[in-house]
Amino acid sequence: MSHNSYIAVGDIMHGLVNRSIECFVRDTYGQMAWEDVARCAGLEPATFESMLHYDDRLTHAVLEAISQRLNKPREAVLEDVGTYLVTHSNTKAIRRLLRFSGDSFGDFLASLDDLPERVKLAVPDLEFPRLELEERGNGQFCLWVRGAHAEFIWVICGAMRALADDYGALVLMEGHDPVGGTDGFIELHLAALSFAEGNAFSLGAGGAN
Amino acid sequence: MALPRLDAQALMGAALLAPAALDRLMPMHLQIAADGHVVHVGPTLGQVSPVPLEGLGFKALMGVLQPRGIQDLAGLRAADGGQVRFRLATEPEIPMKGLCVPTHDGGALLNLSFGYAVTSAVEHFHLTCGDFACTDLTIEMLFLIEAKSAAQEEQRKLNMRLQGDKQRAEAEALSDGLTGLANRRAFDAALMRCIENGAPFAVMQIDLDFFKAVNDTLGHAAGDAVLAKVAAVLKKETRASDLVARVGGDEFSILFVRFVDVGSLLDVAGRMIAHIEEPLPFGKQACEISASIGIAVAQGAHSDTAADLVHKADTALYASKFAGRRQATIYSQGLEEEVARNAADLPLPRQ
Repeated sequence: MSHNSYIAVGDIMHGLVNRSIECFVRDTYGQMAWEDVARCAGLEPATFESMLHYDDRLTHAVLEAISQRLNKPREAVLEDVGTYLVTHSNTKAIRRLLRFSGDSFGDFLASLDDLPERVKLAVPDLEFPRLELEERGNGQFCLWVRGAHAEFIWVICGAMRALADDYGALVLMEGHDPVGGTDGFIELHLAALSFAEGNAFSLGAGGAN
Repeated sequence: MALPRLDAQALMGAALLAPAALDRLMPMHLQIAADGHVVHVGPTLGQVSPVPLEGLGFKALMGVLQPRGIQDLAGLRAADGGQVRFRLATEPEIPMKGLCVPTHDGGALLNLSFGYAVTSAVEHFHLTCGDFACTDLTIEMLFLIEAKSAAQEEQRKLNMRLQGDKQRAEAEALSDGLTGLANRRAFDAALMRCIENGAPFAVMQIDLDFFKAVNDTLGHAAGDAVLAKVAAVLKKETRASDLVARVGGDEFSILFVRFVDVGSLLDVAGRMIAHIEEPLPFGKQACEISASIGIAVAQGAHSDTAADLVHKADTALYASKFAGRRQATIYSQGLEEEVARNAADLPLPRQ
């Protein structure tokens, strides 16, 4: 097995992130599409292990290859990855873990500041950005995404859109890349907490939801 | 200004907190009045009970598991702050634990928890985040259990993939891990190549004598040391262009490319046997073995298949064994019949 792509120190990306991107492409566009992407990005063997670490240049190469193949900007690809993580049946563990935040999308927003700590409980070596929710009144919020891997902001954006749907809330969102010394942020407008019937969620792990 | 005198009774009694506030702090509590009947039930506890608990007396309410002997309100009050383990009469499937404190009105306040039954309880009762006080770590614990199970599952899959890779790598490998010689797979491939290109060559089959005795009496480590030594001898007595393989436990095969002189081959085999017979010190003991050898020669433009040649070399090897081991035999026409005659008289040597 070749592990020229595996490194122990330096700028690293957790395999779980890379694996998520890989599964997103395979589950959404098929195995052939993923093999093309892996070839373009020089990924050999053509798969990521979720429990290993990789040079983050490899992640960027893979994202670039996806962006070209799908003819979509990188931000849009990353948003789709975020949505995929919350909605696809192959990744329902992630949706479940996020739904532990509370019974409503409001509870979920309120718990966002704790999300990095919760991620750390689940995957201790995954570097996750710090999140700070700023409430601006009238259902307006600003979610600051600070530190590590600016790309996360788009994944979070996509995941939050999907999660709002999952809770049945109506939310408008707009992401902003970090510029200069300013951290990236997501502007949210919570138009309705219960806009539609949300999906069921039961705490018991044996439950299908 | 004099402070109003606070009534100790009012301060310390549950009356200081409205029932709704107690419900929020402890959604799984219940209050028992001095007469032993339940007067109030927290919302989550109320939800998990199939019948209303209010108005039930002690016996109808619960069976205490620990501490044993608690049979009434007086017993509960005496437990004062200690842990009480019990089953609710209305939900006997789920064991619960609780902390009980006596109240000043002669009753008791009992705050309950599912303890280790929590995962089955949340499933059974369809509890949600809102059913637990936010200071209760139940939700965090359920999150952790699920997160760790998911991580463990990923780890398990990785281990399975690595295991598969390892087996595949071993199957595809061409060398023997113990001796570093070629393995049977490599030998078979090289034999096919020799037959295809038509040059003369010889096949030598070597079977160790008394090896099993070494393994049985001195252990596997001694056996492994012997195999390593034999490998070294065979390498030393062959040229770089020959292929030396370990094809079985104590069986070796050699391909001599463009080397078919019968006398010289027998000389080589004789030297091999002599070196193999040199005792190998192992601890305070010495490993003493020998070898039997069979040789088949293919004189170019072959009509023999690989299987034919190996069979001829094996036949010559059996002839060496029947003749008393520790020697080499060159295959010649008719040797099969001789071996067969010997085999009829003697038990066939081990293969």
